[in-house]
Amino acid sequence: MSAPPPSEMAEGAPARPASLSDLYWSLSWLALQGFGGVLAVVQRELVEKKRWLTQEEFIEDWAVAQILPGPNVVNLSLMIGGRHFGWRGALVALAGILSIPTLIVLLLAVAFAGVADEPAARGALRGLAAVATGLIAATGLKLLPALRMNAMGRGACLLLGVLTFGAIALLRLPLIVVLFGLGLPACAWAWYRLGRP
Amino acid sequence: MNLVMTPADWMALLGHFLSLSLLAVGGAIALAPDMHRYLVDERQWLTDPEFASSIALAQAAPGPNVLFIALLGWNVGLNTGGYGAALLGMLLAMTGVLVPSATLTYAASRWAHRNRTRRSVRAFKLAMAPIVVALLLATAWLLSAGMLGRPRAWLSWSVTLLCMLIVWRTRIHLLWLLGAGALLGALGWI
Repeated sequence: MSAPPPSEMAEGAPARPASLSDLYWSLSWLALQGFGGVLAVVQRELVEKKRWLTQEEFIEDWAVAQILPGPNVVNLSLMIGGRHFGWRGALVALAGILSIPTLIVLLLAVAFAGVADEPAARGALRGLAAVATGLIAATGLKLLPALRMNAMGRGACLLLGVLTFGAIALLRLPLIVVLFGLGLPACAWAWYRLGRP
Repeated sequence: MNLVMTPADWMALLGHFLSLSLLAVGGAIALAPDMHRYLVDERQWLTDPEFASSIALAQAAPGPNVLFIALLGWNVGLNTGGYGAALLGMLLAMTGVLVPSATLTYAASRWAHRNRTRRSVRAFKLAMAPIVVALLLATAWLLSAGMLGRPRAWLSWSVTLLCMLIVWRTRIHLLWLLGAGALLGALGWI
C-alpha cells in the first residue's frame, strides 16, 4: 500500500498536513481539546483553522467515519492520515489522536485510585457518572432530528428505534444479535425505499 | 477485588474485544452495554462501580471516548495484580477494539468515498441511523439503572436528566457540567 496519487487527495482543500509530525501534533492538540464532545472541535480545527478539509469534504468524511465501525474521531483521523500519507499516515494519525490522551486518562485513573476510598472522591465520581450519562442521552436526542429526513420513513425509524432500545436496555440482548437482527431487515427496507421513484 | 486471570482468560478478553470491534457502529460507546454484560454480569471481572467510573473518567478526560475501553482493560488488569497486569489489560482491550475496525476503515473509506452515491451505501447509512440513536439512549438507560440501589438515587437521576436537557438545548461547554457534577458529588449531595 502506498500513498494515493495526488489527484485522489482532498479535492478542494486549500491546505494539507505538512509532514507526519505535523499530522501527529495537530491531532494530539485536537484530541486534548475534546472533552466529551469531539465533533465540534474536529470541525473547528481541521476545517476552519487547518483547512485540511473543506466543509463539504468534512461532512462526507464524517458520515463515512460514523457508518464504519470504530470510534468516529479515530476513524476520521485514520482517513485523513491515509489520504495524505498512505498507511504510514494512518498509523501516525492513530498515534496522534490516542497516545497523549491515553497517558492522561491513565494518570487520572492512577491518581483517582490513590484517593478512591475518600468519600469526597467517590462522591465526585458519582457526580461525574451522573453527568456523563446525561451527556450520552443528550447526544442521542441531538441526533433525533436527523432521522426526520430519513428515506425509510418516520414510522419505520420509530419502530426500529423502539425495538433497538427495548432489545438492549430492557431485554439486555447482546449487541451482535440486535445489529444483525434489526440491521439487516432495516438495510433491506432502506434499499427498497431508495429504489422507488 | 482479588481476581485470578489465566492466560486463557486474557485471550478470552482479547477475543471478545476483537469480536466486538466491527460492531462499534456509531462509536465505541455503543459497545458499552455489551461490555457491561460480558465484563460485569458474565465474567465478573469488574464491579458495577468500576465499570461506571471507567466511563465517567474517560468522559471527564480529554480525548476520544474510546479511552473508556482502555480504562476497562486497565481496571480488569488492576483487579488481578499490579500496574504491569493493568498495562497488559489496557493493551489487549485497545488492540482488540481498534485493530479490526481501523483496518476496515482504512480499506473501506476510500472505496466508500468513491461510491458514496451508490444505492447500497446510502441504504446502509439510512438503515443504521435510527439504530445508532437508539443505542445511545439505551446506553444512558443502562448506566442510569446502574445507579439503582444507591442512597438517594433519585438525586443522581435528576442530575442526569438535567444535564441531558441542558446539553440537548444549549451550547454550554461540557466542562462546566462535568465540573459541577464532580463538585456536587464531592460535597456529598449526590
